[in-house]
Amino acid sequence: MVKSTSKDAHALFHSLRSAYAATPTNLKIIDLYVVFSVFTALIQVVYMAIVGSFPFNSFLSGVLSCIGTAVLAVCLRIQVNKENKEFKDLPPERAFADFVLCNLVLHLVIMNFLG
Amino acid sequence: MVGAGTGAKKTTTGGAEVVKSGSGFSTMLKLKLKLKTKQQELLLRVSILCLVYVLAFVTRLFSVLRYESMIHEFDPYFNYRTTLYLTEKGFYEFWNWFDSDSWYPLGRIIGGTLYPGLMVTAAVIYWLLRLLSFAVHIREVCVLTAPFFASNTTIVAYFFGKEIWDSGAGLVAAALIAICPGYISRSVAGSYDNEGVAIFALLFTFYLFVKAVNTGSLAWALASAFGYFYMVSAWGGYVFIINLIPLYVLVLLVTGRYSMRLYVAYNSMYVVGMLLAMQIRFVGFQHVQSGEHMAAMGVFFLMQVFYMLDWVKYLLSDTKLFQAFLRITVTTALAVGAIALGLGTASGYISPWTGRFYSLLDPTYAKDHIPIIASVSEHQPTAWSSFMFDFHILLFLFPAGLYFCFKRLSDATIFIVMYGLTSMYFAGVMVRLILVATPAVCLISAIAVSATIKNLTLVARARNNNKVTHSGSLKGSTSSSKASSKASLDQSQPIQRNGAIALLLGAFYLLSKYATHCTWVTSEAYSSPSIVLAARGAHGNRVIFDDYREAYFWLRQNTPQDAKVMSWWDYGYQITAMGNRTVIVDNNTWNNTHIATVGRAMSSYEDEAYEIMRSLDVDYVLVVFGGVTGYSSDDINKFLWMVRIGGGVFPVIKEPDYLVNGEYRVDKGAAPKMLNCLMYKLSYYRFGELTTEYGKPPGYDRARGVEIGNKDIKLEYLEEAFTTSNWIVRIYKVKPPNNRW
Repeated sequence: MVKSTSKDAHALFHSLRSAYAATPTNLKIIDLYVVFSVFTALIQVVYMAIVGSFPFNSFLSGVLSCIGTAVLAVCLRIQVNKENKEFKDLPPERAFADFVLCNLVLHLVIMNFLG
Repeated sequence: MVGAGTGAKKTTTGGAEVVKSGSGFSTMLKLKLKLKTKQQELLLRVSILCLVYVLAFVTRLFSVLRYESMIHEFDPYFNYRTTLYLTEKGFYEFWNWFDSDSWYPLGRIIGGTLYPGLMVTAAVIYWLLRLLSFAVHIREVCVLTAPFFASNTTIVAYFFGKEIWDSGAGLVAAALIAICPGYISRSVAGSYDNEGVAIFALLFTFYLFVKAVNTGSLAWALASAFGYFYMVSAWGGYVFIINLIPLYVLVLLVTGRYSMRLYVAYNSMYVVGMLLAMQIRFVGFQHVQSGEHMAAMGVFFLMQVFYMLDWVKYLLSDTKLFQAFLRITVTTALAVGAIALGLGTASGYISPWTGRFYSLLDPTYAKDHIPIIASVSEHQPTAWSSFMFDFHILLFLFPAGLYFCFKRLSDATIFIVMYGLTSMYFAGVMVRLILVATPAVCLISAIAVSATIKNLTLVARARNNNKVTHSGSLKGSTSSSKASSKASLDQSQPIQRNGAIALLLGAFYLLSKYATHCTWVTSEAYSSPSIVLAARGAHGNRVIFDDYREAYFWLRQNTPQDAKVMSWWDYGYQITAMGNRTVIVDNNTWNNTHIATVGRAMSSYEDEAYEIMRSLDVDYVLVVFGGVTGYSSDDINKFLWMVRIGGGVFPVIKEPDYLVNGEYRVDKGAAPKMLNCLMYKLSYYRFGELTTEYGKPPGYDRARGVEIGNKDIKLEYLEEAFTTSNWIVRIYKVKPPNNRW
């Protein structure tokens, strides 16, 4: 049972990897950015778990900044992906402008909240 | 869409055939005419919207015309006072304001315990008007804020209706919401309360969110996050948004309508909206700590899992592999979520649901556990008649509209259906939440009205159309089969047409009834300031009782600056705002014990009450008494709540002591404790000497219709300081302690 599961997982991993290799480069860059911000958020959560969450607003703004950028980047990825038929009418420039606007607002609020 | 769409097609095809049959000149003419009709339609739509905008404002001005431009009721006085402070001292002072005039001796940190949206809005309007050199008083701005925002709500309703159905439904929705009594009840001129701007913010947020879901654009999601921010800054009802939207997302996920647009709209709106909401100090960290907001967070994580699964499914071509992956991920996600929630709740990090929230889900909860919530009249369960009163025909149109929504399911109609159904439930639980349901009911009813009338007019106009197509087909021989089918349809036409016209007339009759009902309700029920009372005299003339303001101005003029006034919490805001004196408790019922202490003092014997009043530094006691005028919402009628709330904290006070066989009475048969408690004494002091009604014995209480039981009241520790001209407000001075020798 265990063996078959691990074999499954191995096959899964392998096929995922080979499928992902076909992704366009610009999407890969966005993916990297998303992974990076999620990773940063995780580091902060671990740090909070060890040291404590005292300036809670600082912790929250740090984590939410990372999660926010990750989510917005995923949204951008969805919108610029050519495969998504739902966003055919949306030019990538517009998507990027929206992305920048959202990030601007997000980080202005975070700067206010960091305190 | 089905009915309307085919109808539209019918007309255009008919037109096209005529165009085909005519010469080049007539084609040009038709084109011109077509353009003109489009322009006409635009003109008509804009002018209707303008009229509705004005109507929504004007219909709320009854109270200003009848009485004067003044602030109504209880809570608005606090809002007015804080707005005054904000405009005088500036934003920072306001934000850091510690108010020592209320909740003596505790005080209240105003900046951190209020929703500043309303005050800031009014102050911004005020500053803007000043900038344009309109010399208005801040009171006028406050009085007219709610009607102004009601007008804006109609515009939002138009766009919302346009988004979920079509522009016709939008127009009807704007017209319906402009005069709907359920909304007018909280937005007449002078009712300067959070709800006035909050309903606008609520509808605006929902509209922007639906727009974001429909377009999948980040910019609209950002806009809806800002709408949410405004809502959070204005009213505690934002909890409804932060629970309804996740619920809606969840329903879409379950029904298999998950889309990338939904992902973009919800996640960006949630993250940015949450961060923005945390800037309001009163809300603070609740979005990550309180149980009421956890649903949104859970759905946020669920969306990530969904997206991940979707993505992997797209990458993997092998379904079996995907199944395995699905199993692993779902189990892990569920386990992690459950552990996180369990740990959070167990460690007390996530606060459990508050009583108010429970009492919404379970209507009987407040009655058993929190008397202070149950005591508020606007928290009572809604009676059937008040639904009818506030919605009138919308109550019948609502299910019809739901039917149309289900017939044409889309992401937007699912949203409005969910909004309608949940808010209707909450409206049934609490009277005041009819307000939240009103926009949804108006929108859904508008869909019903618009779709029905559209279909009916199409049937009614079909004969003309058919004539045209008939002549067209006679001239051109291209569509003979079509013509014959049309002709067979024509046979049943007259009856259908007459029926349609009759139904149309009926619909217009109902709508006109709705309009008259709304105007009547507004003028009769919702336009009284309740600070100035009006009654009909014996000859049918209007009698005005201005006793409240008389009493508060007496307090302002005749008592020391630092005098502390004890009254039941209902009058706290008014005393601080109009009387400018310190109060023990007020309408911001944040400290139950303090209120219970006042309730205990009111329901104790005079000597015990004196001890309590001494400990609270009370200088004056204010009671409201309606025995002379027949004003029924006075302190004697509220007295049982004082007993209950007092008894909830201090078990010395027992409710049965004040009742006789479970009956509450003030006449000779009343309980002895009742006849000698402080509230009874203060209300009926010297009342026994007064003849209130011809043919009745002296001491006849007109509010309860009985002769009082204790006519010979002696006060030992208090003395009468002031009684207003109609005895509605009575103020007593607490005597200083006796000399020891």
